[in-house]
Amino acid sequence: MPEQLLQQIVNGLMIGFMYSLIAIGLTLIWGVMNIVNFAHGDFLMVGMFASFWLYTLYGLDPLFSIPICAVLLFVIGVLLYRFVVSKVMSGPILAQLVVTFGISIFIANLAVYLWTPDFRLIDKPLLSGTWHLGDVQLSIPKAVASLGSIVTSAAVFLFLKKTKTGKAILATEMDREAALLMGINTERINSLSFGLGAALVGIAGAFLSTYYYIYPQVGGLFGTIAFSIVALGGFGSISGAFIAGILVGLVQTLGGFFFDPAYKYAIVFMIYLITVWIRPQGLLGW
Amino acid sequence: MKKAACLDVQGVTKLFGGLRANDDVHFRVEEGEIVSIIGPNGAGKSTLFNCITGFYKPNSGKVLFFGKDITRLRADKVCRMGIARTFQVVQVIGDMTVLENVMTGALLGCVKIARARDKAEEVLAFTGLLEKKDRLGTELTIAEKKRLEVSMALATQPRLLMLDESMAGLTVVELREMMELIKAVRKSGVTLVVVEHVMEAVMEISDRVVVLNSGRKIMEGPPREVVSNPEVIRAYLGDGYRAVGR
Amino acid sequence: MKGFSSKQIVIGSLVLAVAIVLPLIFTSTFFQHVMILVFMFGVMGVAWNIMGGYAGMFSFGQVAFFGIGAYTSSFLLMTYGVNPWVGLVIGGLVAALVAAALGYPCSNLRGHYFAIASIAFGEIVRTHFNNWKLVGAAEGLSLPMLDGGMKDFMFHSSKLPYYYIVLAFLLLALLVCRMVSRSKMGYYFRAIKESHDVAQVLGINVARYRLVAIMVSAFLTAMAGTFYAQYILYIDPDSVMILPVSVQIVLIAMLGGAGTVMGPLIGAAILMPISEVTRVYLGYKGTGIDMLVYGFLITLISVYQPKGVWGLVSNRAKRVG
Repeated sequence: MPEQLLQQIVNGLMIGFMYSLIAIGLTLIWGVMNIVNFAHGDFLMVGMFASFWLYTLYGLDPLFSIPICAVLLFVIGVLLYRFVVSKVMSGPILAQLVVTFGISIFIANLAVYLWTPDFRLIDKPLLSGTWHLGDVQLSIPKAVASLGSIVTSAAVFLFLKKTKTGKAILATEMDREAALLMGINTERINSLSFGLGAALVGIAGAFLSTYYYIYPQVGGLFGTIAFSIVALGGFGSISGAFIAGILVGLVQTLGGFFFDPAYKYAIVFMIYLITVWIRPQGLLGW
Repeated sequence: MKKAACLDVQGVTKLFGGLRANDDVHFRVEEGEIVSIIGPNGAGKSTLFNCITGFYKPNSGKVLFFGKDITRLRADKVCRMGIARTFQVVQVIGDMTVLENVMTGALLGCVKIARARDKAEEVLAFTGLLEKKDRLGTELTIAEKKRLEVSMALATQPRLLMLDESMAGLTVVELREMMELIKAVRKSGVTLVVVEHVMEAVMEISDRVVVLNSGRKIMEGPPREVVSNPEVIRAYLGDGYRAVGR
Repeated sequence: MKGFSSKQIVIGSLVLAVAIVLPLIFTSTFFQHVMILVFMFGVMGVAWNIMGGYAGMFSFGQVAFFGIGAYTSSFLLMTYGVNPWVGLVIGGLVAALVAAALGYPCSNLRGHYFAIASIAFGEIVRTHFNNWKLVGAAEGLSLPMLDGGMKDFMFHSSKLPYYYIVLAFLLLALLVCRMVSRSKMGYYFRAIKESHDVAQVLGINVARYRLVAIMVSAFLTAMAGTFYAQYILYIDPDSVMILPVSVQIVLIAMLGGAGTVMGPLIGAAILMPISEVTRVYLGYKGTGIDMLVYGFLITLISVYQPKGVWGLVSNRAKRVG
């Protein structure tokens, strides 16, 4: 039994690291402009498909398509913000909620239309196989993805804390009006953050594509889970999202193991409800 | 038996983490008075307001309203007991007309919409907004919004009205109108506690002034005494100043 | 508490007369089916409006109540032979209770946070029904064939009775919404929507009124669920309780005009035909074009006309009058 438990914990951690990366992008967008990006999961899907097509058509291994996915999603994010999302920022909250839903449905079904709803898989990535550490099996693609997630998260963290632009983003997140008064172009920061958030989840998609099924509706589940993570970590808190991602990965896996696998996602959604009820600001939020 | 004060704040302390936003604040307000609360920014005036009106729960101390302990009451219950308040950043219901805004306040005391409408029109006549009754909340100027906020508060038929910086951002003319309104409110039998920065208003309308600094009450008394008190001056302006004799 | 203006009575009677006569003129079952959907979604849109458009609680999880209503009445019918009309009321009450249980801990949530909580709630309920053996889990429930007739709430030979029943439900929902909007409750809801602080200083018990809004909304939505079960005679979680349907309900209310009585009906009248037609003529290959168009429309509407059709109409009326 204990080896099984250890295996589940390892699995949970690895899922968790992926969740962290996905959630960081979402919390960034949320923190900076107070908008919930319901299309976040679909950005993930686009990243996954980009990686898949680069592999299938050009033989480019997913690990090398990471920068391409990042740039692609960044551009998509910025364009979507500038031409669609920015226009509802001053409107009723209901419009802000619905617009990203619209984008989500559009992107997901565009994928269905272009690529059919079939499930795809990248069958021969460069780094594949399994390590055996004692009784624990460590899937190499997952381990690489976890490592990649940690590295990327650290890079984002440093970017936000150390660079001028990054600090401007943090400032806007903390107090929009003050940032404006400091001469920060908050509209530009919005675009940037939306693009960056999309880029991060695009990178996550590239990593995920090395071992997960790729299909147009894959975004729905990951997107919804991301909300729970962001809530748990604290809306707007990058480090909170990172830690919460790991926690949720663990809870989901262990919950499914001890309880009932069919309910593992329901458990995650319960976490959101419980968090906003008991501690609305999340673990590390303000 | 001594008649219960309208408002009796007894040793209210409110902590935010390590910050003592309100530190053992004591004061009484008798019925029919106008008491102003002044103090430099960060002195804890709005915190005190929130503690009294049920938006914050004080860490220690009591708040008595006509002898009844309202310290731990929820904000809407405090209103139903008879205390109405306005906010530092004026809040009205933007999607409703002026009349509807005040009706919402008036509905506290009745169920029928028609009666609420009549009451609301009475209040609007009193506060001078009747001709604007069909304008939307979003269409009003700041001064009109503040007046509307006061109207909404009055519609709940309070015995105590607490105004949070109602003079801020008003022109000279609007200031005069607001002061006249406050005096008229007192004349109609409502006690007033007012947080203010605009000194001319404080001097003119207050019976007594309470001064807060860094969470503590440092002085209390008639306006003239308070304004020439050295400690009060130091609190606002630092050590380099003193009052010039009048 | 009626107070309809003479203009409203005339227009209302005309529209009602048209609605009553319509299926007798256009006898195609497809047309009748689309109209039934329009009315049914109209009910759900109006129900959403009560808690969303008026009280500011934007729920993206209404299908949970729809499903609870459908499953409660169907289960009671199948297992205990409970008459569907009775099941309708019981389903509504169960939904209202569940709504209260959800609403209580969420009574401070606003805007985006409430929206996500409602999504989470919807998904939890769907997962539960998907795995609950008692109610058929993923296979769902097939309703038993009763004799048919009004007392059975089941009609085999024609869609007409369904049409008129759901039209009656719609009228009921509209009446409830109108009553709410012109009552103390309506004013209080709108205050709550603007700001909890303002509501509280006016003496409004925010938590209690929010609960009432959610419960009324849940009851009406559950009624629509029972109707659907009796109409389609088969329910399963993945067709009845999925997020896209919840989004559709929100969209109907928004398109027609959130916070207005007639708005959702207009929204349903526009959206349901488009949705059905595109599904039948464009969606048959599973190419997703219908949903693609739908997603595009949603985005367009939220950007350019978030106040909905009613917003357009009343703006023009304001400028003219």
